[in-house]
Amino acid sequence: MENDILNIRDMSIHYSTPRGTLKALRHVNVSVPKGKIIGVVGESGCGKSTLISAIIRLLAPNANLASGAITFDGKDLFGLSEDEMRGLRGTDISMVFQDPMQTHNPVLTIGRQMTDIQYRDDMTMEQKTKRAVDMLTQVGIPDPAARLNQFPHEFSGGMRQRIAIAMALMARPKLLIADEPTTALDATLEVQIIKRLEELQADIGCSILFISHHLGVIAELCEEVVVMYAGEVVEQGSVREVFHSPQHPYTKALLECDPGHIKEKTRNLPTIPGEIPDLVNIPAGCAFAPRCPRVFDACHTQRPEWTRIKEGQHALCHLAGKEAVQ
Amino acid sequence: MTDTAIVKTRGEFADVIYHLVRDPLGCTGFVIVLAFVFAALFADFIVPYDPIALNIKERLQGPSLSHLMGTDQLGRDTFSRVLMGSRVALQVALPTIGGAMFIGILLGMIAGFGSRTVDNAIILFFDTIRSFPTVMFALAVVALVGPSLKTVIFVIMMTSIPTYGRVVRTQTLSLRNSEFILAERSLGASVARILGVHILPNVMGPLAVLAAMDIPTVVGLEAGLSFLGMGVKPPTPSWGSILNDGYTLIRNTPWIIVAGGIPLILTTLGFTFLGEALRDVVDPKLRGQK
Repeated sequence: MENDILNIRDMSIHYSTPRGTLKALRHVNVSVPKGKIIGVVGESGCGKSTLISAIIRLLAPNANLASGAITFDGKDLFGLSEDEMRGLRGTDISMVFQDPMQTHNPVLTIGRQMTDIQYRDDMTMEQKTKRAVDMLTQVGIPDPAARLNQFPHEFSGGMRQRIAIAMALMARPKLLIADEPTTALDATLEVQIIKRLEELQADIGCSILFISHHLGVIAELCEEVVVMYAGEVVEQGSVREVFHSPQHPYTKALLECDPGHIKEKTRNLPTIPGEIPDLVNIPAGCAFAPRCPRVFDACHTQRPEWTRIKEGQHALCHLAGKEAVQ
Repeated sequence: MTDTAIVKTRGEFADVIYHLVRDPLGCTGFVIVLAFVFAALFADFIVPYDPIALNIKERLQGPSLSHLMGTDQLGRDTFSRVLMGSRVALQVALPTIGGAMFIGILLGMIAGFGSRTVDNAIILFFDTIRSFPTVMFALAVVALVGPSLKTVIFVIMMTSIPTYGRVVRTQTLSLRNSEFILAERSLGASVARILGVHILPNVMGPLAVLAAMDIPTVVGLEAGLSFLGMGVKPPTPSWGSILNDGYTLIRNTPWIIVAGGIPLILTTLGFTFLGEALRDVVDPKLRGQK
């Protein structure tokens, strides 16, 4: 607790929709220790985006906090006023988005955007420009001073993502939320961006909450990983333990689907059969039961317990710890 | 990728002008508009005669070297009156467009960024104004408060607000949920900053085009109202009142009506060309591709 920069306890986020209450997140516990990189994986629709929106408190108007709390650096985020929250964004909590082609204002030069976002700092325009140049140098943009006068469309996707990272880290935040920052980029760029993020993280000493569905990247970058499914955390632990001896059948299935893990040549890539359950009518027992290869009677009626496997590894499964999930 | 050797030293505005004059259409428009503005600003110094001085001896003379566009039925020099008329046209066009744009931006942004109720209320206001035919509305107001330049400006401004407001509203609506606005919010930008720094520059491009295209309409409306005797009071020269002086005498002395009509046609052409060229230039993505 003391060492955590971000602590999410028992958080549930519900959306009111015409069909009823959509329980997008249910009793989620995630903690990000100071100076660590935590990965979050899960397929589309598992609540990753809702989790991020909740942390920076930019939730959709129809969302509400049903239970739990988020503590950031000792402050209860949901207890802050809108102005206090805005004061944290960009200074203590920053964010990098998925699609670098969309994250910059198309009609303003990069320099204008980078200096403008420093509006809270009492500095002259030259100092702000210098800081922007420094940040661009750090993320590896060549000839940064000249490039400040260019518009976003004059940069490639990889460069735009670096600029987005530069902008997010400008105020040396305590927590950086990276929402699939490399998904829209090709593989070589992905490696470069990841390396750059690692260096910057070591330099600034911030924590990173890294969202991705690329397991390889998570394994490369993160120390701990949180596996989410249908709005719940189903497994959590050190990357090493979770990737080598997954305890939840969903984690195991996810790892099997990763093309990087498949040794033999195949025409058909493996998939997890079935779909994510309807979050308006959630099944009574385990949410993964309808798709689980190891399902048994209790799974349909009883909610599984959050079970401690060993130091630093937990899973939400009836079978967890009882026998190794093969 | 642009060669890094080409370092931009021009500002944004200068860049727009630079690309504008390189386009033949834009250059033509730009020159006409400059001439129009120059005539309006310095009319006092370049008129050869006093535009309202009567000279009955020389009435209804044809175009000559001493009277480039002839004289009217009261012996006033038509060329001087046309020059002075550009001042009235600009006097109406600038405050009208400026005011309508300002109020339009304000209301449009509030409508686009505010709640649905506010949006509906402002849209209702726009639709109410738009449901009046401009000329009819103008005639009604003039009948109530009497003809004057201020009345003309007020009426045209009021009826132009929805044109700008709607464009701003649509742009704001489509931008408010875009990812770069979300990114700015996640970096701590306030609503005022988002509207002023990020949405405003995005709407200014389309608005500048709209304004350039709208100026001829406004100038034409003013001329129309003056022609009907509902605009500027005589003897102040306006292109509309020159047309009015000329049209009764069209069979014998056609130069008066021609002199009143040509500047109207030219300004319309000039501003339309300018607007067309602006359309390609205001978007930084399209700029410099031709």
